[in-house]
Amino acid sequence: MAADITIKITDREGVVHEVQAPTDMAMNIMELCRSYELAPEGTIGVCGGMAMCASCQCYVLNDVELPEMEADEDAMLSEAFYVKPNSRLGCQIPITEELDGLEIELAPES
Amino acid sequence: MITTDILIIGAGPTGLFAVFEAGLLKLKCHIIDALPQPGGQLAELYPKKPIFDIPGYPSVMAGELVDNLMEQIKQFQPGFTLNERAETIDKLEDGTFIVTTNKGTKHHAKAVAIAGGLGSFEPRKPLIENIADYEEKGVEYFVKKPEIFEGKRVVIAGGGDSALDWSIFLSNVASEVTLVHRRNEFRGALDSVEKVQELKKLGKINLITPAEVKAIKGEEKVESLVIEREGEEMIVETDYFIPLFGLTPKLGPIADWGLEIEKNAIKVNNALDYQTNIEGVYAIGDVNTYPGKLKLILCGFHEATLMCQSVYNRLNPGKKYVLKYTTVSGVNGFDGTRKEAEKQVVKAIE
Repeated sequence: MAADITIKITDREGVVHEVQAPTDMAMNIMELCRSYELAPEGTIGVCGGMAMCASCQCYVLNDVELPEMEADEDAMLSEAFYVKPNSRLGCQIPITEELDGLEIELAPES
Repeated sequence: MITTDILIIGAGPTGLFAVFEAGLLKLKCHIIDALPQPGGQLAELYPKKPIFDIPGYPSVMAGELVDNLMEQIKQFQPGFTLNERAETIDKLEDGTFIVTTNKGTKHHAKAVAIAGGLGSFEPRKPLIENIADYEEKGVEYFVKKPEIFEGKRVVIAGGGDSALDWSIFLSNVASEVTLVHRRNEFRGALDSVEKVQELKKLGKINLITPAEVKAIKGEEKVESLVIEREGEEMIVETDYFIPLFGLTPKLGPIADWGLEIEKNAIKVNNALDYQTNIEGVYAIGDVNTYPGKLKLILCGFHEATLMCQSVYNRLNPGKKYVLKYTTVSGVNGFDGTRKEAEKQVVKAIE
């Protein structure tokens, strides 16, 4: 079994959670947040992970290299609120070994 | 007053399938949905995306699944109250219910099944401080009656299909259409993007990009908008502001119905019959929660089936009934149709 990686997530209340994330379950950052219940159900991953709602928007806090943004994520962020230059959609970031040490903060609910 | 046996709140796949299972038990259904069309999330969010975990369908488009469900329930003649949100519930002394919508439509039902998914879809409102003050005073989140924009100046904000489509449509109705988007790129259907491009060239649509509406001004109603483009502010005079940033589901008024809510979902009495803490009110599909809950369409179908059996038993105490298989018993529609398996040919070989 592949080793877990560590990701630091600041929730919407400002609480920092250091969580272990599996790299072999085809999970993404949005699903990781849901599995640890870091945001109430119904306020994150509303569209199920199709880059269609921006409820999993997060800010990337350190310079861990992430996969390039695809057109649908970019387009969704162009219509989302509270967007910053370091915004990403958690559902579009698959958990891989390269993400070890990543630090993110969940954007406010909108 | 609309009367029915089971009032279903939410026309998503679970709510629609409940009509079929109720019909087999000769129970009539009526469905309320806040959206203008049935299908819930499947129709509103992802009609053109495939679903791979519907038993018997290796792959089915979400929109196609909705069409199939509508076809499957047609014979049970469900009633629909669309474009209205269930607002209040009153339990009468005889154990029946009156559910009233935001438009005042009253529904009298023997049982209520909430199949509301993540809630009713409401517009995502831009973060403009005083926007609420101008709602229905020039700020419109939907284009419900296009004729009100005739000869008026309109500013639309957004970068998706609805912003593009309404800009195109209103360019023939309004005296002036301005489309504002944060990017130069739009993510709508290619032909819509090209049409807007063409209308821009013809001077029928003013395009302001990359820009954002920052503030609304006006005494009694919307008179002008402050729009920021690349750090510079400009004032655009207008009669209407239509922000189209998509819809987001909210549990809404159902949260105040006295139901036990846990994790933004309605708690039900485990997997027995999905009844809530209010007898006669059920919650099925994504809207409910119980130990082991999975938010899957196929689980919603199962929950709808058990709910209908429970309603039948509740309405017909002591009346004998055994589960029947449609292959054996056929399906008798309320519209007089009957579907049944073809009889086997029995013939001797001489």
